[in-house]
Amino acid sequence: MKNIISFVFLVGLWLLLTYNISVANIIVGAVMALITVLFFGKYFVSSPWKVLHPRRIFWFVVYLFIFLWECIRANFDVAYRVLHPAMPIKPGIVKVKTGLKTSIAKTILANSITMTPGTITVDLIDDDLYVHWIYVHSIDPETYSRQVSGRFEKYIKKIFE
Amino acid sequence: MNQVLNVLLYIQIILCFFCLYRIIKGPTIADRMVGIDIFGILVVGICAIIAMITERSFIIDIGIAWIILSFIGTLTLAKYLGGRKLNE
Amino acid sequence: MNNIIAVILLSIGILFNLFGCIGLIRLPDVYNRLQSATKCVTLGTCSILLSLLFFFGFKEIGIKSILAIIMLFFAATVAAHALVRGAYIFGIKLGDRSVVDHYKNANEKNKEEEK
Repeated sequence: MKNIISFVFLVGLWLLLTYNISVANIIVGAVMALITVLFFGKYFVSSPWKVLHPRRIFWFVVYLFIFLWECIRANFDVAYRVLHPAMPIKPGIVKVKTGLKTSIAKTILANSITMTPGTITVDLIDDDLYVHWIYVHSIDPETYSRQVSGRFEKYIKKIFE
Repeated sequence: MNQVLNVLLYIQIILCFFCLYRIIKGPTIADRMVGIDIFGILVVGICAIIAMITERSFIIDIGIAWIILSFIGTLTLAKYLGGRKLNE
Repeated sequence: MNNIIAVILLSIGILFNLFGCIGLIRLPDVYNRLQSATKCVTLGTCSILLSLLFFFGFKEIGIKSILAIIMLFFAATVAAHALVRGAYIFGIKLGDRSVVDHYKNANEKNKEEEK
């Protein structure tokens, strides 16, 4: 089941990348996708059909808009810090605890943190994210974890778990 | 229209020299790698603008290939920097 | 009309690329440089590729540019994680102006376990 989904996904990706629907092209794509699935199928997401639930898709769209807004805000924030003559930065690495369990949810959370204002994920050890922050507002664990990951964590929990 | 696109293309090419400055000057090896990574992303932008000017579709293919190559190159160098074996 | 939107998006993208490159030159240490460079340059290039979609519409080149945006997004973030982690393990210190470092203890513990 899982292998079939990854096979269809790969053939679709191949057809989009080459943009050419002839029989020869489809055969080449199918053979390459088969080889890829046979060798690397075990690295694909463990239960992909769970994501296709309508409720999850709805929350995913909501999350996408929130994320886009945060992403644009991040850029203005960084641009302000770069262009300011005195460079108002106060960098440091903080430890953020996350309540997410599955590895795909953790990956998406880490990627989201990297693209949002002034934070970049350094490492992920068990349940702790180590985050480099360009301006450390406070060193109290509850305050900063709400500022760094609180906005995304509840949505990601609804989508990927 | 074409003149505007050409001017924007030149600006994007000048930005590459900023990265080259960081690659040549960078005090540590990690600075140089950051420069190389950003250089790769800027080249994708150049490919996109050239595709807009010439209206050929194969140039965006070069851009996609460049994204993947630059990604793999950076990942390999970063693993080497972290002192790991490459097959890990 | 579409051409004008495309050129505006293209200009915004190049402006963000410019901010990112200024950050690459001005900021004091590797980690801050990576912050400015990754975020600004990734969003700027995404904006440039999006302008391609407005310029050509949903034809071959537009769909390919959407694929390029998705790939660029994941590639840039994962490369940034790998670079910043590699730099830390290599032993590059945080800059003079930094205030906290919680990663130090965890990193030392990891090194002992590996031995």
